[in-house]
Amino acid sequence: MTEEMIIAGFGGQGVLSMGKILAYSGIMEDKEVTWFPSYGPEMRGGTANVTVILSDTRISSPIVKHFDTAIILNQQSLDKFQDSVKPGGTLLYDPNGIIHPPERTDINIYKVDATVTAVEMGNPKVFNMIVFGSYLKVRPILTLDNVEKGLEKSLPVRYHKLIPLNIQAIKKGQEIVESVLEV
Amino acid sequence: MAEIRLMKGNEVLAEAAIRCGCDGYFGYPITPQSEVMETLMAREPWNETGMVVLQAESEVAAINMLYGAAGTGKKSMTSSSSPGISLMSEGLSYIAGAELPCLVVNVQRGGPGLGTIQPSQADYFQAVKGGGHGDYKLIVLAPSSVQEMNDFVDLGFELAFKYRNPAMILTDGALGQMMEKVELAEFKPRWTEEEIENKFGVWASTGKKTNRDRNVVTSLVMDSEEMEQNNLRFQEKYKKMEEEEVRYEAIQCEDADFIIVAFGTCSRVCLKSVELARAKGLKVGLLRPITLFPFPNKIIKELARKSKGFLSVEMSAGQMVEDIKLAVYEAGSTVRVNYYGRMGGIIPTPEEVVDALEDKFSWEISYGVKRSY
Repeated sequence: MTEEMIIAGFGGQGVLSMGKILAYSGIMEDKEVTWFPSYGPEMRGGTANVTVILSDTRISSPIVKHFDTAIILNQQSLDKFQDSVKPGGTLLYDPNGIIHPPERTDINIYKVDATVTAVEMGNPKVFNMIVFGSYLKVRPILTLDNVEKGLEKSLPVRYHKLIPLNIQAIKKGQEIVESVLEV
Repeated sequence: MAEIRLMKGNEVLAEAAIRCGCDGYFGYPITPQSEVMETLMAREPWNETGMVVLQAESEVAAINMLYGAAGTGKKSMTSSSSPGISLMSEGLSYIAGAELPCLVVNVQRGGPGLGTIQPSQADYFQAVKGGGHGDYKLIVLAPSSVQEMNDFVDLGFELAFKYRNPAMILTDGALGQMMEKVELAEFKPRWTEEEIENKFGVWASTGKKTNRDRNVVTSLVMDSEEMEQNNLRFQEKYKKMEEEEVRYEAIQCEDADFIIVAFGTCSRVCLKSVELARAKGLKVGLLRPITLFPFPNKIIKELARKSKGFLSVEMSAGQMVEDIKLAVYEAGSTVRVNYYGRMGGIIPTPEEVVDALEDKFSWEISYGVKRSY
């Protein structure tokens, strides 16, 4: 099993930290992992993206042209990465702020209204964990147990009291994800 | 049970330094390697092992602090990125001239000049051919994963002390910023004053003992006869490194018609290119030099006798390709050695490399080996 994915959105949406939790959860499943961010003079409100690769075998290139999965959190990223999803691959997006929804007909498309749901849950910061939950629902490659262990590893101890809230957000994401197109 | 963590390459350089018993780090921040000192400062190793971590006023100051610390037989280290390494080059020449062991990390970015903060491999020549003035060599290690970033800190020190010569980890911004699973080494204690005196008392300035002459650390030798003898001794040392310290990884080279040669980040990209090319029916292998100096000439010579061509893939305008050509020429082979690369902070994609290989070797792919008589 090798899963090559891109997570892309605005800086501040928790793109990089979602990738990190994903990678740590992968380690808990004894997988090889690579987390490769776009780095540069980035700032809040600018674009941010990270390539995450999970594999049962040695990981080759951190530079990926065609992804198995794209998690897209804004219009710029959708425009940029929509065509990079492999035919038969998966695109998961949050429709908030999306004016031109994905047009591909040869990939699986799912949407999750995470921005709105996070506000309803009373904590906009769990937005990325709702998206993460949706991803786990449509690509069940990690168990929730290992995700919880991954959270413990990637969050500093002083934030461990927030793990139940994060798990709750992940479960919420698993519930509310909607299928747009399945091929 | 070894400790497994998810870490950035830069962070792991710092952690590995603490764990291998490094005595001192002297540096100056520069993107994309600033996390090295940042991690060290946050870890506060001076409380744990007594390791000194010092932010110098410039790279020139840092390399001269390293020179001083190395002169006392302590395990000393610095890190920087391309423009900073240029500033350190004078000091590196002095350290090599004074025959001192130390570890220097270059997390390369695109040049020339201030260039970009994105990854590059364009400091290959600088690293393997000298960089500073005079006939000297660095032992150059090229990691290709975060795990190797960890492992090569200890290995770098080991080789540096074995040969009393500066060692360099030549890596790039991608490996510095990338996070991967890493198995951390066990803690080794720092050498005590007695251990240093016992191991290196013949050369290190550890304070004059009554039972020996004073040790003088210098690269200045005004007598030309004596300086030539020094140079001859250095050359002997470099020759011994070439005989004993070559490290490389050959992947699917046994039956390969074409050999891609790539190190560091490019070797990771090319590992996938091999997969893609083989799926197309092209017999391609990957030779990954782990030591850039000493360069793996011998295996290239062997492969030159049975392959149909070499493709050097680099994030530079083509530097390592010259060393491959030299080895192929010395083997008496006439197979072609081509180069493909990107510059200015761009990493080639695996697909691009396969396209380049098919394009540059279209003759060999169609008709077999081209021998130019």
